[in-house]
Amino acid sequence: MAIKTKENHLKFNTKWEYASAPESKDHIELKDQYELFIGGEFVKPKKGKYFPTINPATGKKIASIAEASQEDVDKAVKAARTAYDKYWSKMPAKERAKYIYRIARMLQERAREFAVIETMDGGKAIRESKSVDIPLAAAHFFYYAGWADKLDYAFPNRNPKPLGVAGQVIPWNFPLLMAAWKIAPALATGNTVVLKPAETTSLTALKLAELIQEAGLPPGVVNIVTGAGATGAAIVNHPDINKIAFTGSTNVGKIIQKAIAGTDKKATLELGGKAANIILEDATIDQAVEGIINGIYFNQGHVCCAGSRLFVQESVEDIVIKKLKARMETLIIGDPLDKNTDIGAINSSEQLKTIKKYIKIGKTEADFYESSCPIPSNGGFWCKPTLFTNTSQSHRIVQEEIFGPVLAVQSFRTIEEVLEKANNTYYGLSAGVWTDKGSKIFRMTSKLRAGVIWANTYNKFDPTSPFGGFKESGFGREGGLHGLAPYLKLN
Amino acid sequence: MAKTRNKKTTVKSKASSNGKSNGAASNGAVLAKRIPVQKTYKLYIGGKFPRTESGRYYKIKTKNNSLIANVCRGSRKDFRNAVVAARKALGGWANRTAYNRSQILYRIAEMLEWRKAQFIEELQSFGVTKAAAEKEVEASIDRLIYYAGWADKYQQLFSTVNPVASSHFNFSILEPMGVIAAFAPEDKGLLGLITTIAPIICGGNSCVVLASHDQPTCAISFAEVLHTSDVPGGVVNILTGIRSELASHFSSHMDVNGMVYYGKKSEELKTIQLHAVDNLKRIIVRSETNLYAANAESPYLIQDTLETKTTWHPIAHDMTGGGGAY
Repeated sequence: MAIKTKENHLKFNTKWEYASAPESKDHIELKDQYELFIGGEFVKPKKGKYFPTINPATGKKIASIAEASQEDVDKAVKAARTAYDKYWSKMPAKERAKYIYRIARMLQERAREFAVIETMDGGKAIRESKSVDIPLAAAHFFYYAGWADKLDYAFPNRNPKPLGVAGQVIPWNFPLLMAAWKIAPALATGNTVVLKPAETTSLTALKLAELIQEAGLPPGVVNIVTGAGATGAAIVNHPDINKIAFTGSTNVGKIIQKAIAGTDKKATLELGGKAANIILEDATIDQAVEGIINGIYFNQGHVCCAGSRLFVQESVEDIVIKKLKARMETLIIGDPLDKNTDIGAINSSEQLKTIKKYIKIGKTEADFYESSCPIPSNGGFWCKPTLFTNTSQSHRIVQEEIFGPVLAVQSFRTIEEVLEKANNTYYGLSAGVWTDKGSKIFRMTSKLRAGVIWANTYNKFDPTSPFGGFKESGFGREGGLHGLAPYLKLN
Repeated sequence: MAKTRNKKTTVKSKASSNGKSNGAASNGAVLAKRIPVQKTYKLYIGGKFPRTESGRYYKIKTKNNSLIANVCRGSRKDFRNAVVAARKALGGWANRTAYNRSQILYRIAEMLEWRKAQFIEELQSFGVTKAAAEKEVEASIDRLIYYAGWADKYQQLFSTVNPVASSHFNFSILEPMGVIAAFAPEDKGLLGLITTIAPIICGGNSCVVLASHDQPTCAISFAEVLHTSDVPGGVVNILTGIRSELASHFSSHMDVNGMVYYGKKSEELKTIQLHAVDNLKRIIVRSETNLYAANAESPYLIQDTLETKTTWHPIAHDMTGGGGAY
């Protein structure tokens, strides 16, 4: 006769309620209206158009953002070209380095302000913007600053030279961090920049523009133009831009690549992903469960390298899923500014629609489970951590990038099987492997076709560590010595 | 082989092998003592020498318009077959040890060295002077030796251990990009082909290469060299044919990971770049084709068809309270 044991769930909030612990907003400086940053000045858009940026946790407008037209982009590219010819290409590399170091230091000084604004504008939990986004952004500037006068050592016998003006288009999931990933290596290698942040998250890039102005960089070295797809297209198609750096969806990446075919523009594309996170039976299960949670629910799943396909070895499937569900129950969804919040707001209503669409599709394909934690009812955009079991390779939720807190689980028996399934995707950005056996780790990491592989960890980033994908996840690397090459002309 | 068909089949005048009188013989032609055997130039796919499935051909002629050979005019289907062969061979080749790949590249050079005379003659058939032909064949052999040496060295040059600011061991290594399609340079049928192929296979990739249009016979002869050099079938596949006809097929194939393009920046290149978008094929453009220049061979050309893979693993915290062995 089976002994009945009481199910022991981790429920941290059954005995007591968490008191709210919101980060204060009283120290941040925000204007009602933001202009374009061109040639070292904040200038009004030629056509006088503005669009609102809203707080996705409340649905309320934070500020008006200038919409850059073709003429504004033209002006920004001219400013960048002038700055390149007049100042940046003439300046000794070690002096260039000092400006970039200055940005890093000033960003560290104002880290708290940037973190709060990042969270307000993008919806991510303050815990993450404080401990990941802002410090990493500063670290990127600091790391690349030091490369500026050492390029000959990075590329021996290749006479590294800057390309000229770089046009950079970045996404909304890590707004300031992506700006740092783009601007820091471009400046260190001696290029000047025209950068467009995503239209839902322009604020920290504009705050960075203020900081760059205060840091005294020569006018036009960094230009920030805000707007939506049309502004991005104006950058990509501009004839006087030498290099395009883009992070975003694979679809848009392909449009860009088509647009620049036949031109001399160099490109790096950091695109979508559908990463396999693989749990072998000899993994440390509790740690692996933490890795699964961090892999898919970090930043509401708005992560190109998110571990959105979970593969669990059959012999441990039951225990892993049970523990995973229990852990999902403990996640706190709510005010992103609250320090206890694990899952913040979905970045935009548009993105929420996309995620909901996939959840609906998933429900017709597989078994659905979502965390039972309550979500705020305040006009913000929310999505509970979601899990699909009994999925298979052909399911759309397994094949397509959702960019939300939606995990598709499959089981497997052998390593051969899981390698084949894991690699059976157009993407190849990242992957995760969990096992306590070193030889298995190396076998798997060498066979997984992806640019970044986390073994017994997940979603770790560092300025010294090259990031970028295989296959349709894009090409070129950002971070590390590798991240310099795409901004240089090399013999 | 390298001689023109006219030279091979006639001596001074047309001959008839049955010795019977025909128009030519009765006009005083001298009968050949022996009729040389001509070579049929076929494709090289999956370690075999098939004819083009299309049954089409094009003529290669000498400057004075005599026929050198009928060469296969490779088709889309031939290319697709070659990609299947290259994909099949990829895993085995990528998994060879670097030492083994190095030895096989060296072996190719050994085979070529001992067939030097044949290749010099073959190049001369295109109108290349003897001195230039010798120079080209020798440079080709030396280029193979050069890359043989790199096979077990480039990884150390390009790999990094990355000092991340957390308790992780993090390193980046290079891995083969996969199946690489290539247009060899139009100039220098042998050296151009080897300059294209050697860095690709040195890095553990497999490839499908379109030979020079006007100098294709030596490419197929080089396939015979590969075939006797322990290069596994399918690692290198060589097609002959017409660039403009194959450009869109080479660049649009969804199971090709990258393409090396030797040629001018042109509409053809734009076509290739546009077609490559569908699966984000990496297009490596080499528009300066001085194959004797210092930068015509370099480890960076190997790097062009490799991908960087970065691996993270946690390092357990030091439980002794810090310091440890330091």
